[in-house]
Amino acid sequence: MSDHLVQRVASATPPKLARRIRGVSDRTIAWLFVTPTIFLLLAVNIFPLIWTIRLSLTNFRTNRPNNPVEFVGFDNYRKILTNPDTWASLQATAHFLIWTIVLQVVIGFTLAYLINKKFRGNDLWTTLIVLPMMLSPAVVGNFWTFLYQPQIGLFNYFIEFISGVDPASFSMIGDVSLAPWTIVLVDTWMWTPFVMLICLAGLRSIPPSIYEAAECDRASKWRQFWTITLPMALPFLMLAVLFRGIENFKMFDLVVQLTGGGPGATTLLTSIDLKREAFEKWRTGFASAYAVILFVTVFGLASIYVKALNKVKDR
Amino acid sequence: MSYSITEPSNRQKWFAGVLVIGYALLTLLPLAWIIATGFKTPADAIAYPPKVVFTPSLEGYVNLFTSRSRVTPEDLAAMGPPTTWYDTIVRQYGMVINGPSRYGERFMNSVIIGFGSTFLSVFLGTIAAYAFSRFKVPLKDDLLFFILSTRMMPPIAVAIPIFLMYRQMGLSDTHLGMILLYTAVNLSLSVWLLKGFIDEIPIEYEEAALIDGYTRFQAFYKVVLPQAATGIASTAIFCLIFSWNEYAFAVLLTSGTAQTAPPFIPTIIGSGGKDWPAVAAGATLFLLPIMIFTILLRKHLLRGITFGAVRK
Repeated sequence: MSDHLVQRVASATPPKLARRIRGVSDRTIAWLFVTPTIFLLLAVNIFPLIWTIRLSLTNFRTNRPNNPVEFVGFDNYRKILTNPDTWASLQATAHFLIWTIVLQVVIGFTLAYLINKKFRGNDLWTTLIVLPMMLSPAVVGNFWTFLYQPQIGLFNYFIEFISGVDPASFSMIGDVSLAPWTIVLVDTWMWTPFVMLICLAGLRSIPPSIYEAAECDRASKWRQFWTITLPMALPFLMLAVLFRGIENFKMFDLVVQLTGGGPGATTLLTSIDLKREAFEKWRTGFASAYAVILFVTVFGLASIYVKALNKVKDR
Repeated sequence: MSYSITEPSNRQKWFAGVLVIGYALLTLLPLAWIIATGFKTPADAIAYPPKVVFTPSLEGYVNLFTSRSRVTPEDLAAMGPPTTWYDTIVRQYGMVINGPSRYGERFMNSVIIGFGSTFLSVFLGTIAAYAFSRFKVPLKDDLLFFILSTRMMPPIAVAIPIFLMYRQMGLSDTHLGMILLYTAVNLSLSVWLLKGFIDEIPIEYEEAALIDGYTRFQAFYKVVLPQAATGIASTAIFCLIFSWNEYAFAVLLTSGTAQTAPPFIPTIIGSGGKDWPAVAAGATLFLLPIMIFTILLRKHLLRGITFGAVRK
C-alpha cells in the first residue's frame, strides 16, 4: 500500500527535485569526502616538497632574509655529494640501520616463535613486551641517558655486576667506539616488539594442517622450520624490515635525546646532520638539497624493496 | 579441546614461557626505573649502587610542578619562628615556591594539540576512507599510494619550507598550526586504517538502507558509522599516540606558546644540574596515558602500527 504511494509520489516528482530529496549524487559525495584530505596533504607535504626543491637550487639562508637570493643550479647537490662529512653520516646511518634490523629481526622472530608455543598467560606478557614502542622516543631517550651515566647509571651497574668492569671506567654515551652501540641498543629495546608482533601474525597465518602433513612425511622439526615456518613467515618479516628501515632512515628524536649526534660525529645520523645544516647553521639552500637527496634515497630504496616484497608474496 | 600432533609439549611451553617472561622483565626494567626514580629524593636517585629499596618521596613531583628560589641564610634568620608546616619546609630546604612551573602548560598543550589533531584527522580520514572504500574515485590507487608515501618523508625534510610558510602565515608556534600539521601527518594512517575497517562492513547493509529510502548521507551516518565505531576509536587512539609522542616538528616549529611536553621534559633542570626525580616524574605522567591505551588497544595493536597492512 504505502510502497505504491511512494512510487506514485516519486514518479510525479520532477527529476531535479527528486535528486535534491535523494541527496547529492555519489560522484559529488566522493569528491566532497576526498578533497579535504588531498588538499591538506598537498598543502603540508607536496607544496613544501616543491618549495624544498626550489630552495635547493639557491643559496638562500633563512637567518639572512635580506641577502640577495642567487640561483646556483646543482651546486648544492655537488657540494653534498663530494662532502666527506655527508658520507660519514650516511655511514653512521647505515651502521645503525643494519644492526638494528639484524638484532630486531633475530630477537623479534625468536620471541614470536616462543610466544606461538601458546604457554599460559602469553597474551599478558605480549602486551607488556609491546609497551616500550608505544612511548615517546624523545622522553624515553632522555631517560636512557640517565641509565647510561658512568657513575650512577643502572646500565653500568649491570655491566659491573656481570663482568666486574669498573662502572666509572667507561661511558656509553661519551666513548667514541661505544656511542654507535648506545643508539643501536636503545632502538632495539624500543622496537623489537614491533618486529615480534608482525612475526607473530606471520606465524599464526600458517595453517596447522601443513605441519600435520609434514609430520606424516616424518620431516624433522629442523626441516619443518626451514621449509615451512621460515618461508611462510618471510613476507611478514620483509614487511617488518621495510617499516623499520623507513622509520630508522629518518630516525631523529630518540638519537637527538640520547647522544645528540656525538661524541664527535659518531652518531650523527643524516636526519640530525640535516637538522644542524637547516636550523643551526641556517644554510637553507644547502639543507634543502640534502633533504631532497634523502627523500629520493628512501623513496627509491623503498620502491625497489616493495617490488621484491611483492615477488615473494606472489610466490 | 582439539589435540593435534603439532601441539607443543608441556616442556616446550614451559621453556618458551620462561624465556619470554625473562625478556619481558628485562625490557620493563627501564620503565619501572622511570616510575621509581620519580618517587626518589635527588640524593637517592644518584646513589651508587642504584637503590632498589628507598623511602618514597614526592619531592620529584613537587619540583616538577613548581618553580622555586633560594632563600638566603640572612632572610631565614630574619623570618622568626615557623608557624605553619610550609615554614618548616622552607627552613629545611632553604627554598620558597614562587609559582607553578611550565610543565602544566606544556602538558596542556600536548592535550590540546593531541586531541585537536586526532579529531580532525579521524574526521577527515573517515569520510575519505568511506569514499575510497565505496565509490569509484578517479586515480584511486595512485591517490592511496600518494597518501601512504607522505609518511616516508623525513620530518626534517619538510620542516624547512613549513617553517618558512608558517612564519609567513603567522602559524608558527600556534596551536592551530601544530594541529593542522599533525592532522596532515596522521591522515595517511587514518585513511589507510579506516579504509580497511570500512571495507569489512558488508555493502549490503547500506544497499538495504538506500532501498528503504535513506539518502547516501543518512546511510553513511546511520549505518556505516555505528558499524565502524570500534575501528574509528582505535584509529583515534593511534593518531593520539602519534601526536602525543611527536618530537621533531615540535622542537623545530615551536618555542613557547604551543610547545608540547616531549621537547620540554628533557630541559627540566634543578638547582644543581639535572633534577632526575623531576624528569622521571614528568616522564611518568606523560607516558602513563599511553601505557594505559596500549593495554586497552592490544587487539588492534598490529593493525594500527602497520597501517592495516598486517591483520591478526
